[in-house]
Parts: sequence; C-alpha cells; structure tokens
Amino acid sequence: MNARGETLLWLVQRASAAVLAFCVLVHLATIIVAVQGGLSAAEILGRTRGNVAGLVFYTTFVIAAAVHAPIGLRATLGEWLGWRGASRDVALVLFAALLAGLGLRAVAGVFGGAA
Amino acid sequence: MASLRVKVWRGAAQGAFQRFEVPRHESQTVLDVITYIQRHLDASLAYRFACRVGMCGSCAMTVNGVARWTCRTHVDAVAEGGALEVAPLGHLPVIRDLVTDMAPFFDKWARARGQFQGARSRHDDFARIAPDDPDRRQVDAGIECIGCGVCYAACDLVAWNPAYLGPAALNRAWTLACDARDVGNRERLRAVGGDAGCHACHTQMGCTERCPKKLSPTAGIAGLKRALAHAALKGTL
Repeated sequence: MNARGETLLWLVQRASAAVLAFCVLVHLATIIVAVQGGLSAAEILGRTRGNVAGLVFYTTFVIAAAVHAPIGLRATLGEWLGWRGASRDVALVLFAALLAGLGLRAVAGVFGGAA
Repeated sequence: MASLRVKVWRGAAQGAFQRFEVPRHESQTVLDVITYIQRHLDASLAYRFACRVGMCGSCAMTVNGVARWTCRTHVDAVAEGGALEVAPLGHLPVIRDLVTDMAPFFDKWARARGQFQGARSRHDDFARIAPDDPDRRQVDAGIECIGCGVCYAACDLVAWNPAYLGPAALNRAWTLACDARDVGNRERLRAVGGDAGCHACHTQMGCTERCPKKLSPTAGIAGLKRALAHAALKGTL
C-alpha cells in the first residue's frame, strides 16, 4: 500500500480509537448504573427495545470496533507472522465485515423491535 | 590492583564470548577496556572507534545487554559485580568480533530521502531563517545525531520488521522536512510513510531512552506522522 493509503489507515485508526474510548466509558457507566438495583434480562430488553438513542450509540460502537481492530491486527500480523501484502488486507476486510456483522446482529437483537 | 572480568564476543554471526581480566582504573570507559584487551591481551580483536569523545558515532556496542556508545560510557556506570559483557551492536550484520556492517543502517537513511535537496545555487543569496523560527527549532532538536546506531539497535521494531527504516533515518528525514531550504519533501514524505516507515513505530521510545545524544527520534517520528496526515488530507502526498 502506498504512503497515502497507509496514512489514511493510521488516521482512521486514531479516529476510531477516540470514538471507542468515549463509547467504552459510556458503556461501562451504563452497566454499573443500570445494575445497581438488580435487573433481569427481560427487564433489560424491555428498556432497550425500541430505544433509538441506544440503537445509534451501539451501532456507532460496533462500527468503530470493526474499523479499529483489523487495522491494529494488520500491524500485528505483519510483525509477528511476517504476513504482508494484498492477501493480508483481503483477510482483514473479511474480518472487519465479520466483526461488523456479528456486532450489528447483536445490536438488532437488543435494540430492535417494539418497546 | 583490582581487575575487571570481561567477556567479549569473538567471531561473526556464529561465535562465542572470550573471557579476559583487565586492570581496573578510575574513570575507565568501556572503550578503554576494549582498547586494553586489543593492545595488551589479544591483538587480533576487531573493534571500531575514531574520535573517543562522543562525536564520531563509530564505537557503539552492546554492553551488558544494552546498546551504548562505549567511549563515553564509564565502567562504573555499567559493570555488574565487576563484570562486563561486550558484544557487537544489535540488528546489524557482524563483520568480525565487535565490528558491525553499518551499510544496512545508512542505506535506510538514503531510502528515507535523508539527503538535503536545495533549490538555490551559489549565486543566490543565503536563506534567512530566524533562530526562533518554529521549524528551525524542530531541526535544532534533532540535528545533532552522530549516526552511532544505538537507537537502531534499541528499537524492537527493527527486529520485527526488517524493512523498517528505523529511528535515526526517520529523525534525519524529519530534520529535512522542517528545513525551509529543502525542496524534496513530497518525495520524502512518500518514502517515510507506511509499513516500513513512521507508521510502523509503536512509540515504545526505546530509541529516545537510549540515544546517547539525548535526542528524541520518537518526537521526530510523531512529527512525520502529523506531516503525512496533513499532506494526505490535503491531497498533496
């Protein structure tokens, strides 16, 4: 990959890291606050289903993770396994799609449907 | 007289440590120790030095597992229990004993476009750059590199990614990127971006910790990342 492509990947990874830092903090704070009084799975789903703000937040979270992790893994694969070149990038695009697919499926399960 | 137990690498890629007993002196440097061995104990020992005062960058070796310039490293500071182990500088091919082949190191300076590229001739006026110019200050911060290779040997990335240009070459590129007189920046930024360039750096700062001149190649590498980001977003890369 040329210098421009590598630079854009680096920028995207830094930007997605900033999004993830915010999302992780909100996610952890929400968990800690929400379970203070004790919540069943049914009660949690009752609150999340149809919650548009939650849907937007966790969709953003999943997309940021799906973008961030493969770029980091790209360097790790190159340094640890010596795997570089187009085959590595194709594999990581598929890995990103897998992460996004699984994550968005979970988001749809928790936030989709009527309240 | 007190003595120092010294193990010195003999051979090339394959070889073994040879033991010597060297008289201990006050204010003795590691280079003094190696010189004593070569002059009094084994004249066949190969090592490299020139200025002996921290200017030429030729005497770097691995001393008790750490890359150091040997001419300015006092035995007092590094000997562990009266013992020294001296090996050639890491991450470079060994020619013989303590002498490494520095060609891969300096080839990477060339690949990082470490050559000054000016546009003025001798008939033009001097470029006038104020001492407090921000870019000039960036150049000043990195320009005193003596090319000793200590940062290169201290960098884990060089071992993990043999194509990685390394801290010294990138530091050199950064000093030129900040030089208002240089006109080769577009090609230089293209050369230092990517998997073998500044983006490979994990900011572990081994180079900055070990640089005997107290430079910060890490800061230069961060500067190159910023310059590349601006160029990529402006479409000038």
